[in-house]
Amino acid sequence: FLFQEKIITASFYNWVSAMVAKLAKICTLRISPQTLNFILSDKVAGGGVSMWCELEQENFFSEFQMEGVSAENNAIYLELTSENLSRALKTAQNARALKVKLTNKHFPCLTVSIELLSVSSSSRIVTHDIPVKVIPRKLWKDLQEPTVPNSDVSIYLPVLKTMKSIVEKMRNLSSHLIIEANLSGDLNLKIETELVCVTTHFKDLGNPPLASEDASQDRDPEQMAEVRIDIRKLLQFLAGQQVNPTRAVCNIVSNKLVHFDLLHEDVSLQYFIPAFS
Amino acid sequence: PLHRVLGEAVLPFPPALAEVTLGIGCGRRVILRSYQEEEADSSVRAMVTEMSIGEEDFQQLQAQEGAAITFCLKEFRGLLSFAESANLSLSIHFDAPGRPAIFAVKDTLLDGHFVLATMSESDLHSPAPHRLVPPLQAHSTPHLDDFANDDIDSYMIAMETTVDSEGSRAGPSIPLSPGLRPPCSPGPYSEDNDAEPSTEPGTPPPKKFRSLFFGSILAPAHSPPGPSPVLAEDSEGEG
Repeated sequence: FLFQEKIITASFYNWVSAMVAKLAKICTLRISPQTLNFILSDKVAGGGVSMWCELEQENFFSEFQMEGVSAENNAIYLELTSENLSRALKTAQNARALKVKLTNKHFPCLTVSIELLSVSSSSRIVTHDIPVKVIPRKLWKDLQEPTVPNSDVSIYLPVLKTMKSIVEKMRNLSSHLIIEANLSGDLNLKIETELVCVTTHFKDLGNPPLASEDASQDRDPEQMAEVRIDIRKLLQFLAGQQVNPTRAVCNIVSNKLVHFDLLHEDVSLQYFIPAFS
Repeated sequence: PLHRVLGEAVLPFPPALAEVTLGIGCGRRVILRSYQEEEADSSVRAMVTEMSIGEEDFQQLQAQEGAAITFCLKEFRGLLSFAESANLSLSIHFDAPGRPAIFAVKDTLLDGHFVLATMSESDLHSPAPHRLVPPLQAHSTPHLDDFANDDIDSYMIAMETTVDSEGSRAGPSIPLSPGLRPPCSPGPYSEDNDAEPSTEPGTPPPKKFRSLFFGSILAPAHSPPGPSPVLAEDSEGEG
């Protein structure tokens, strides 16, 4: 396998990885000619949680070059510790220029090279070598974009900060949470224990237009679709959202899955939490 | 000022990082680089961070390209923030790896020398604790004893801070075998040989940030009337 060099200068790349670092300790970075993806596909360790974050490279980088394994497999998959990347990019907050390169210094690295603003004539340069593991082609199939299942209900989310503070408090009472919603813009977060039941109701959230004319048309708008999930996974997802997204949709597949589909300006983030089994 | 240049320079390094290497790189740039010990388990590698500063950012740089020393970053951060808070001028004097490095701070009222041990060539290739040597006897710093009954306005604070060497290591602790070479001896430097407690082989010695000498350089004639105030009490109590 060959190491390819690519040179990128970025502008708002840093907050993307700050978000990713909160959601996945170790994640896969997929680099292809048009897009960059941060992928978490942690079937066992993450308890089935999946994450797919996508951004169009042209929105972020003034220069982007890459070369994959071959013409048909024009992608590079790298596994790295997200915190390393977010720490490296944090240095870039007051940078004059930033470059990211895939290098091989005794072991494969993503080298982030940052030229800092300096009062004197000479510049200061910070270099971070982030160790990465290059993922062989045979494992790529496990790292593809998760298929979005046909959901029973699709609803716009309330303000995420509000949701987070509610879920944080609920976490003290229960390890599971039921998330339910209907096509009338109602979403409920419920916990049920032997001692207490607590429900928080969100109303008038609005529902996105239906994707297709299918069984959803026959669905009673008041009927709730629900899924019981591990509360910590929901909390981890909400903790990663620092800024309220441009668009936030929640798709529920009854008793199976909840799918969060967020759009932050030019970055899309999808997060899948399976039903607690 | 140097403390600010270096204070900014250490920011990109992880807070938990134990050691850093300071050296002169190509084009006479001053390089600070995170020092990671070789882990036996190479599947988890640490990120390496390097900061490169141009010669122009320093008032004076007298060193060879390729010269480098490795020392404790935590102590270094501490002394930088001290120098920053008191706005002291800072200068760094170092020699070959293994020999102590002196960080001299100075203003009109005080004169201080921080002495840090540096890792020697053999240390750099194998995990070994490093140990600080007793302080250098610099010309402007008086002996501790001379001020026992002093009534002039000069004061001395000797600080000993013991840092548990295991706590400051980023990686897993490395067991020592009794056959490991002993820490570097004080050599010709220590006159004030306040003997370090000898450590048992087989245990990592505590890192002692040995002494910080403050000596006032005011001449006796300028001493204020009245008893000199005790500005900092000896922490051993019973004065």
